[in-house]
This record gives sequence, C-alpha cells and structure tokens, in this order.
Amino acid sequence: MKLLIGTFIFSLVYSILLLGSENQLEVAALVILAFVVSVVGKKIGLMESLARAVHEHPRFPAYAAIGGVLITALVFHNSHFALMMLATVLIYSIVCLGLNIQFGYVGIVNFAGAAFFGIGSYTAAILATHTAIPHLLVLFIAAGISALIGSILIYPVLRTRGHYAALVTIAFGILFRNFLEVNDTLGGPQGLKIPPLTIFGWNLSDGLDIGGFELSFYIPYLLIALILLVLSFRITRNLERSWIGLSMDMVRTDEIAASTFGVDIAHWKIVAFTLGNFIAGMAGALYGMMTAYVAPNNFTFADSLILVSIVILGGIGNPWGIIPAAAIVVILPEKLQFIQEYRFLLYAIVVILILLFRPDGLLPRRIREYFPGKKSGDAG
Amino acid sequence: MNHTITPIKNKILEAHQLTMRFGGVTALDALDLHVNEGEVLGLLGPNGSGKTTFFNVITGLYHATSGNVTFRNKDLTDVSAQEVYREAITRTFQRSRLSLPLTVFDNIAIGDNRRLNTGLIFNLFQRDRFKQEYEKVVEQVNQLLLTFNPKLASKIFEPVASLPMIDRRRIEICRALISEPDLLLLDEPSAGMTHDETAEVMDDILQVREKMKPFTIVLIEHEMGLIQRMTERCIVLNYGRKIAEGTYDEIVNNHEVQVAYLGQE
Repeated sequence: MKLLIGTFIFSLVYSILLLGSENQLEVAALVILAFVVSVVGKKIGLMESLARAVHEHPRFPAYAAIGGVLITALVFHNSHFALMMLATVLIYSIVCLGLNIQFGYVGIVNFAGAAFFGIGSYTAAILATHTAIPHLLVLFIAAGISALIGSILIYPVLRTRGHYAALVTIAFGILFRNFLEVNDTLGGPQGLKIPPLTIFGWNLSDGLDIGGFELSFYIPYLLIALILLVLSFRITRNLERSWIGLSMDMVRTDEIAASTFGVDIAHWKIVAFTLGNFIAGMAGALYGMMTAYVAPNNFTFADSLILVSIVILGGIGNPWGIIPAAAIVVILPEKLQFIQEYRFLLYAIVVILILLFRPDGLLPRRIREYFPGKKSGDAG
Repeated sequence: MNHTITPIKNKILEAHQLTMRFGGVTALDALDLHVNEGEVLGLLGPNGSGKTTFFNVITGLYHATSGNVTFRNKDLTDVSAQEVYREAITRTFQRSRLSLPLTVFDNIAIGDNRRLNTGLIFNLFQRDRFKQEYEKVVEQVNQLLLTFNPKLASKIFEPVASLPMIDRRRIEICRALISEPDLLLLDEPSAGMTHDETAEVMDDILQVREKMKPFTIVLIEHEMGLIQRMTERCIVLNYGRKIAEGTYDEIVNNHEVQVAYLGQE
C-alpha cells in the first residue's frame, strides 16, 4: 500500500510539473527523469512489486487515477491550455479503449479510428446546430451514427483477415476524409463550427466563477470526459473479464478451434467492431464540442495511426496501458514545441525507445482474472 | 424383430457417398461408413488417406463436394462448425490448437460454450449473476481436471504456454469433454508424445468416459498398440476410400490393408 501511495504521489507531482512546465530546461529535465526512473525501476524490479501491490488492492488504481485527474484539474483551474491537454488525453483514452476492444480482443486493427472519431464530431456539429436535441443525448446519438456508418465496413472486414482487414479500414479512413473535403454541405475543407455543449440551459463554454474562484471553461468538459472514460473503462473491463472477453480472445487466437467449439466468429467481430466505433464516435462528439470546430484535416490517416500507436504503446489489450500512452502521445509533442520541427523526431525516438525496452508496451496485458483479488484463502 | 440374437446397435453417425475434392485432389472418394452408438471406432490409413479430412467435413470446417452426413438421423452435410458443436460433437486436433496466452481454465471453459450465457447485458452489467455462473464453471472445470489428472487441477489459472506437450494434449481433450459430448473425435492423440504418455492420456479418457457417460469415440491413430487396446471396430481408408472394416485382428490380416501400408509386393 505504501508503494502504491508513493507511486501515486510521484506520478501526480510529475504530471502536474510536466503539464505546467513552460521552458525547455524543465521539460528536458522531466523527460530525462522519466528515463532514469524507468531504468532504475527495472533494475530493482519496481514493476513486479507494483503489480503485486495492485493485485492486493485491485481497486486502488481506479480511485487514484480519478483522484489524480481531479487534483490536477484543481491545480490548473484557470490554465486553459493545460486543462485542454488533460481533457484531450482523457478523450483520446476513450477512443483508444474502443479501438482496444477491436484490436486487443477480436484482433481487428482499425486504421480508421480518426474517421469514426470524426463521424462523432461531425454528427455533433450538425445535430447541435440544426436541432434542439439535448446535447448530452447528442453525444450518444453521434456514437450511434458512428457505429451505424461503421456497419458499412462489417461485410468487407468479415470477409478478410489480418493485414487485409486493416487495409479495408485504411481505405475507409482515406475515403472518409476525401468525402468531407468535397462535400460542401459539411463545410468542405473549411469544416464546421460546433456550438458549445449546453446542459440544462447552462452553456459550458461560459466558464465558471464560484465565490471568486475562477474556473476555466475546460473544467466541465474535463469532468464529462472523465465520466465517459470511467464508463467506457468499466465496460471494457467487464467485457474482458467475462465470457464475451473469452469468446473474443478465442476469435483472435484461433478462429478454427473457436468455431469448432461453437464460437460465432462473425457475431463477436461485429459486436467488437460496432462497440469500438460507438465509443470512438462518442469521444469524437465531445471533442468536437470542446474545440468548437471540426475540419477534415483533424481526421487524417496520420491521426488514425496515432490512435493505433497509443494502443500498441500502452500494451495491446490492457485498458490501463492506454491512459499513460495517451498522455505521452498527446502531451510530449506539445511540450517539445521549443525544438520546433524537430519535436516529432524526438517524440518518435522516445516512442521507439519505449518499445525497445518494453516490447509489449508500457503495461502489457496480464492473464485474465475474472474476479481479481477475491481468491478464496486470500486475506483482505 | 429379426435380429433378436445380436443386440441392434443404433447408428449414431452415417456418411453416404461422401466426397471431398480440393481442385484435382480427391481426399474423400464416395466414402460410405457408419459409427455405432457407444462404440470406440478406430480410423486408420496411411498419411493422406483422408482421415483428418473426414473429421473436418463432419465438424463443418469443410463442406463436402457431394454425398451427405447424418448424425442421429439429422442431416449435417452443409451445416456450420458451430451447429455441429451444438449437436454435441466435439473434437481434438492433430496439431495442438490451444490458445497459448490464455489460461488452462479459459481454454477448457470455452469448450462448454453452448452452456455459457454470452448475453451482453448479463456479462457487462449483471456481474453478481455472472459471478455465480463463473464459479459454477470453475467448479466444473476443476472437477474434470481432478478426474482427468489431479496434478493439472493445481495449474488451472496458469497460461497454457507454460505447460509441457502432454498437459496441452490433456487440456485439449478436457476442452472436448467439458460439454459432455455424444460423439468425441480424437485426431491422432499420440502425435508428439511418447508411448507411455499416450497410454496415460488414453486411460484418463476411458476413466472420464466411465464416470460421465458412455459417449461414442472415433479415434484416428497410427499407433497400432493403441488401436488394439482401445477400439472395438476399425475402418481403414486409403486414397479417400474405405478398403477394410472389422475388428483389429481382421484388419491387420487383411491383404489390401497390408498392401496399402507396405506398398505393392
């Protein structure tokens, strides 16, 4: 428990410092510190002791993560940029949880993640501008539309496997972007404006002022993102720790053996693909409302690649890996602004180094435990 | 009531004129055979004689070019692998087809798929009810492992990748047994194992069969000692055709079988 709390405080202070750092020396020092900690940690078997501690207190990481986000939000209560980055990390994590169901469980690599994210944003733009549908409902309708449009791809994805299925999604992603660029109703290359999220008549983008304590307008978005993340996370977790997760793992590892034991391959691929696109669309709608603007350029193939790389970097199949991976992928390039055009180079090197030392990702998927920490005989 | 002297055996599985062609290769050539309820049937033949193809056609992995298969008088010729499984037919594979990153429990539990509740609401939101079902399945898998091989029961939550070949074969057989099948198809269970290991696994199967129910077994095997010990009746295939049928003693003394195995004299 001490170890867990220590790690929590360290990570929290580290994230706050990184989000708040404004000069190159601080950023560089923090990146180097992360490397030193990971090298030393590896030497003294830190990951193993942490895994054991988490096993004893399976609920700790969830509460710590939620608490961590809330504390960080309080610290940066009026700093727009830091909060926007934090909210973006959360929203990217949601999308990647969706992609993880597709990639990590049934084994469909979706290279059109940004397209389904974009469908969510565009749906939100249209529904929020032209209809009076409550905005919270818009989030779910956008998710539904994203899943529905995804069903166009189900037939080709079911007919193909592995790289070929991936190719189908790449084609769709490119098609989607080109369609947006030539479609004038959807704003063409300029894109569309999205009205801010309004809940029960309260415009979230107005910002808040509670007893002289000024809150950035990003805070409410951050909270909604946090709630959606917790929801998606729970769904993913329960999915993995159930017969559904087992069936999906069988589909991924051996379709022939799976069908011999009655596992309906097509059914589980459709469920995973649709659920993944639903989650991606939901995140896209929220992101669109937060940034107030959508354009085709936000949903390129490169963006889809970034989403897939978050899943890989985090550790395919492990929902916990996605959050730190999303944080690295979103925050690092922003914080490296000072080296300008070289920042993506440095960022790429960091990603390669991580995968070199941890080839299965930051937090590789562990063996399935349907009800962890509750084994009979274990105390407390 | 003509056959009052010998007990009438029900045919559980029948193949009529079953033919399977892959391009120019005829793997099964108008094959006629039947399996009696409750027997252990040996399926023999040189490599490439169509034994595994026969299993693959029955289990719905291949669709026959012509002819038909019936199981308990139900036509199974063109049905999917999933439907065959629902008819209580299970199998093992010649080369291990376990999911290595998954645990022993996972690999066996999926064998009971037809009795698992895979509903979305049940699995995602009714965790208390799911837990009850889960604990029941753990108990079932544990019981089967204890009957089969008590040493394996202690490894129930270990990944299959960490286990030796003989244990993997056992797990594959447990996966085929957990759903209490009516017909078990064993595709060369001795492959990749020593003589003693195979004998051990076979004893385990017979023991479970005694405790569970007298399910029917079709056994593909090259090891003649095993065939002699296990089977009541044998069918020999060559080039996708049935060349002999009878007890072990009858087929080993059959001239055509000797020619097929040893070549023309």
